[in-house]
Amino acid sequence: MNANTVILRTQARLFLREPANVFFALLFPALLLLAIGLAIPGMREPITEGALAGSGVRPVDLYMTAVLALAVATIALTTYPQVFAIYREKGVLRRLRTTPMPASRLLVAEIVVNLVALVVGVALALAVAFGVFRVEAPTQPLVVVLALVLGAVSMMALGSLVTALASSTGAASAMGMSLYFPMLFFGGVWVSVALMPDTLRTIATYVPLGAVAQALNEGWFGEGFPLHQLVVSVVWTAILVPLAARLFRWE
Amino acid sequence: MTPVITVKNLRKTYGAKVAVDDVSFEVRRGEIFGILGPNGAGKTTSVECLTGLRAADDGEIRVLGLDPAHDGAALRERVGVQLQEGELHPKIRVREALELFASFYPDPADGVALATRLGLAEKLDAQYRHLSGGQKQRLAVALALIGKPEIAVLDELTTGLDPQARREVWELVESVREEGVTIVLVTHFMDEAERLCDRIAVIDAGRVVATDTPAGLAVGARRGQVMRFRTDGDGARVTALLEGLDSVEEARVDRGEIVVRGREDVVVDVVLALAEAGVRPVDVEVARTSLEDAFVQLTRSHEEV
Repeated sequence: MNANTVILRTQARLFLREPANVFFALLFPALLLLAIGLAIPGMREPITEGALAGSGVRPVDLYMTAVLALAVATIALTTYPQVFAIYREKGVLRRLRTTPMPASRLLVAEIVVNLVALVVGVALALAVAFGVFRVEAPTQPLVVVLALVLGAVSMMALGSLVTALASSTGAASAMGMSLYFPMLFFGGVWVSVALMPDTLRTIATYVPLGAVAQALNEGWFGEGFPLHQLVVSVVWTAILVPLAARLFRWE
Repeated sequence: MTPVITVKNLRKTYGAKVAVDDVSFEVRRGEIFGILGPNGAGKTTSVECLTGLRAADDGEIRVLGLDPAHDGAALRERVGVQLQEGELHPKIRVREALELFASFYPDPADGVALATRLGLAEKLDAQYRHLSGGQKQRLAVALALIGKPEIAVLDELTTGLDPQARREVWELVESVREEGVTIVLVTHFMDEAERLCDRIAVIDAGRVVATDTPAGLAVGARRGQVMRFRTDGDGARVTALLEGLDSVEEARVDRGEIVVRGREDVVVDVVLALAEAGVRPVDVEVARTSLEDAFVQLTRSHEEV
């Protein structure tokens, strides 16, 4: 059978065999949105204060885009680097280098598996958003898709840097987590991007996940084109990918 | 016969540390060739250069006529490698690992048949993390063989295995050789090298100190035979008597035993001389110099240089 198919199938199985992957990458965004949206009072009432007063936007709507950003960050900074750290720690990469299969194909397969997981995680979160909370369709669907794609790429690039540098699974989780939580903050998971003070929101514009969240908000609720945020995503990718490739070690 | 592997003046350093100083050897088709040496002697580095995992600093390597540094991809289709510390994903099943590795090669062996031959038939659906040390090693051998290689390189195959598992792995290696696969066996176990190898290169401190058959290495070591026995008589008188014999190099009393060292024909001479003098030896023990003696001598004499 074709090597790429077998590698992809194997990596997908191994991904699903890790309960933490299944929970955090696939289910957690949807469950978090469901829990916060149902449990916190006022989440489903239109915002009456601040810049969004009178727009009809509810806190749960804003939380939905934050959850999408969270889905991207979870995949990019936790599940994706973890597998490679295991492979490096156990000498799997070393072992693979003695076969005719270029080990880079494993990297590609792993990225594909994680991107598919991201699509599933996002789809489940959107199912909750539309099905339970009756979130309205985005004003600019193409901008939303563009923001997700460019954002996923820049965050995977950041995850690749962790992958390149972490010599063990412990190091991978430590590095991944120390990026993950600040990213979630700037992505609006703790405090909605729309409700951040101006200075903080400006800083968030330059942070990978902050840029993703702002671009998503603009695409979903706004009328403008979030050029600045999308350019930030592309620039991060352009910096991080060559850096990760340069620092990457098979052993 | 043309060698399948030729290594000439291989050298590899890591910064200031010289891992391999000057290593040369040839491996012939169909043999089990041992690379024997103490830990840190440069065995693994030599093998890594051989399989293209590392680039040599200097020297010439040809494996099946190919240069590992340049023709790595072509070479890796024809050489199977089992590495020290080369594990698999903890949750991959044996069957999946076999399928995965089979997909890397143009004409792979039947993974299930191979596993069955290696006694892993019952474990096909077990995850890697649940295998015993011996089963992991057997799987590593299976994966090294799945591409139907002409050469299999096995690095520290039995380290950490219990005696029963070691014996199983040894039998496996012998049966693989029966099928015509040339085997390069890296080990620091003397008994393993002696039991399995047709020829051995002894490596110490990054250099080949000897290359020969296990028996040849033992003979090359300094002394032929050592004989020990006890007698009722006066030890000093007996040793004085024996020291007069041509084939005896040394005779002494050691903790109530008489120890005689000499040429290969020393035993007969000693027994005849004792009989003539009316001395009856009891608890006679005769030992040949073993590969282990040769190994200790080769690696120690190097240190003294």
